[in-house]
Amino acid sequence: MATDALAAPATAKRPPGKGRRRGRGTRANETVAGWLFVAPVIVILGLFLLLPILMALWVSLTDWNGQGSPFTGKVPFVGGDNYTRLFTEDGLDRRDFMTSLRNNVYYVAIVVPTQTVLALGLALIVNNRMLKGKGFFRTAFYFPSVTSSVAISVVFLFMFSSSGAVNNLLAMFGIDGPQWFADSRGVLHLLLGVFGLDTDNPPGALTGGGPLGLTWWDWLSGPSVAMMSIIALVVWTTSGTFMLMFLAALQNVPVVLDEASTLDGASRWQRFRHVTLPMIRPTMFLVLTLGLIGCWQVFDQVYVMSQGDPAKTTLTPAYLSYRTAFRDFDYGSGAAISFVLFLIIIVFTVLQRWLMAEREPAGARRGPWWRRRVRQGG
Amino acid sequence: MAVPTDRPAAAPTPARPRRDQGARALASRFVGYAVLVFFGLVFLYPFVIQIGNSFKTEPDAAANPLSPIPDPVSMAGFERIFEGTNFPLWLGNSLLVTVLVTLGRVFFDSLAGYALARLRFRGRGGLFAAIIAVMAVPGVVLLIPKFLVLNQLGIYDSYAGLVVPLLADAAGVFIMKQFFESIPVSVEEAARIDGASVFRTFWSVVLPMAKPALITLTILSFQGSWNEFPHSLVSVQNPDLFTLPRGLADLVSGSLGKGNQYPLKLGAALLATIPVAVLFVIFQRYFVRDANDGADKG
Repeated sequence: MATDALAAPATAKRPPGKGRRRGRGTRANETVAGWLFVAPVIVILGLFLLLPILMALWVSLTDWNGQGSPFTGKVPFVGGDNYTRLFTEDGLDRRDFMTSLRNNVYYVAIVVPTQTVLALGLALIVNNRMLKGKGFFRTAFYFPSVTSSVAISVVFLFMFSSSGAVNNLLAMFGIDGPQWFADSRGVLHLLLGVFGLDTDNPPGALTGGGPLGLTWWDWLSGPSVAMMSIIALVVWTTSGTFMLMFLAALQNVPVVLDEASTLDGASRWQRFRHVTLPMIRPTMFLVLTLGLIGCWQVFDQVYVMSQGDPAKTTLTPAYLSYRTAFRDFDYGSGAAISFVLFLIIIVFTVLQRWLMAEREPAGARRGPWWRRRVRQGG
Repeated sequence: MAVPTDRPAAAPTPARPRRDQGARALASRFVGYAVLVFFGLVFLYPFVIQIGNSFKTEPDAAANPLSPIPDPVSMAGFERIFEGTNFPLWLGNSLLVTVLVTLGRVFFDSLAGYALARLRFRGRGGLFAAIIAVMAVPGVVLLIPKFLVLNQLGIYDSYAGLVVPLLADAAGVFIMKQFFESIPVSVEEAARIDGASVFRTFWSVVLPMAKPALITLTILSFQGSWNEFPHSLVSVQNPDLFTLPRGLADLVSGSLGKGNQYPLKLGAALLATIPVAVLFVIFQRYFVRDANDGADKG
């Protein structure tokens, strides 16, 4: 896909590099130097990024089990079987894959809006000229983003343990906290239970069947309680980064605009809604789409905190592909899941670059939109 | 310039902030601080808990997880980190990998960034487009592919497998290219007219001017490779080659045997966090620059 572009330069022969002394003219000299300068990066990215993708594409069409080399004639070629098993054949593979998609969709549906609103809220407060000590708070909000995902997962594992800090805090308000990482109940199911639905015996109309190997009841579970703690961790770590992006955008909103609307008698909410928000719309798009892209890549936290448990409710496509390949030694299926995930992420990335390009004034456009990198914050 | 969003709506003129006193301004300022402090706690208290609990005894940590004060103070967790686990080994591996990767990235990324920004050669446009495309490739889908190539090249489960694939990154090339484009050409041209070679011009004239970008790149590379987890997961399986995040993940998944051992785990996580935390405090504005430049990573 997008990476194909690398193929041409990566495989192109480097110009003959020996006779590059002076006398050949600066142009030839620059050509040689140019290719020599980029050579290490091309070799490393080609060898460890492009080539492996092609290799994995091949493996996803085979039944390789990790023994020997996947590139010999002995490995059974199965064509698109690994892919069709994920979508059309009823079985454990499809059920697991669909479960992971469901989990990740709910995860996205909560993380993206929450982190965006939180990041914008924090940016608005930190951007307030009348408050002192904002620098400290900005640093504090951003700090979690730079720490190791594994190290911070350890901390949250402790905080969300059944007699941990979070449940202690909830107990102060008289709430009996759940057993976070052992609780596979879906949040939507719990909500339905609150409204009087008997969740132990869900309506037969929902449990009787459903699309793609999961029952309607399963599809409508919402994120599990265990997934909610991973969501809490991710929102907590990423909001700071997005806050900084909003902050940069807010600082580009001309003060006169705000003052003019104040003169016109606009309320604070009106000013935010009709002055600030339109001005930071490009950043809003950026934050939303980066959030979407990032959310489909959640892996470290799942690996450290839950390994897909309880009852597969924290399984995500990224983790499932890892598990299928490295635990079940079904590298073909694992690679196939990776490529489906790749496709999902690429769709969002293309959407993002297209949206951002649309928003740029016509005069600022150079080259086709997919080539331009996202500029943000102005 | 900061934007005052907090001015009372009824102010007759766009007055300067220090003039609009009044109960409303005071109240909104109070609310502002309350919100700031609340979120300050939300974002920092987990670290306070982490530090406090790593100095606790195990029963104390289990009974009072919310309290930041250990009672009694116990170094048992830290002692066991160094005596009962391979922590020193992981630390050594992490240091080695981080130093090599950082050096490699800074050198290779600036070379490529300079060529893409300044040298005119055929294929430059296509190359740059390729770099941009590569930045969009999500790391998690590369888990199996990386394993395959390392296996095929015979460097799976070795230091080479741990280090070499990380020696260059597209985002770093992009940062350096953008920076080199922002500095004036005239100095280089003078050097070139004096007969300096392209590399010499790059090395002794351009690179010294690129200090801010080099610092940014150094910090990002350090942070990235120090925290790197998925790559170590698919490139090595020998415990002697584990880096800190890998070792930490191993600790958590329960190779310790009995009990939760939270003081030990929190302590190990704390020690793994400290280098980046120190770097962050010292070079904060370089971290911030990265976020403002809009990183493509999740």
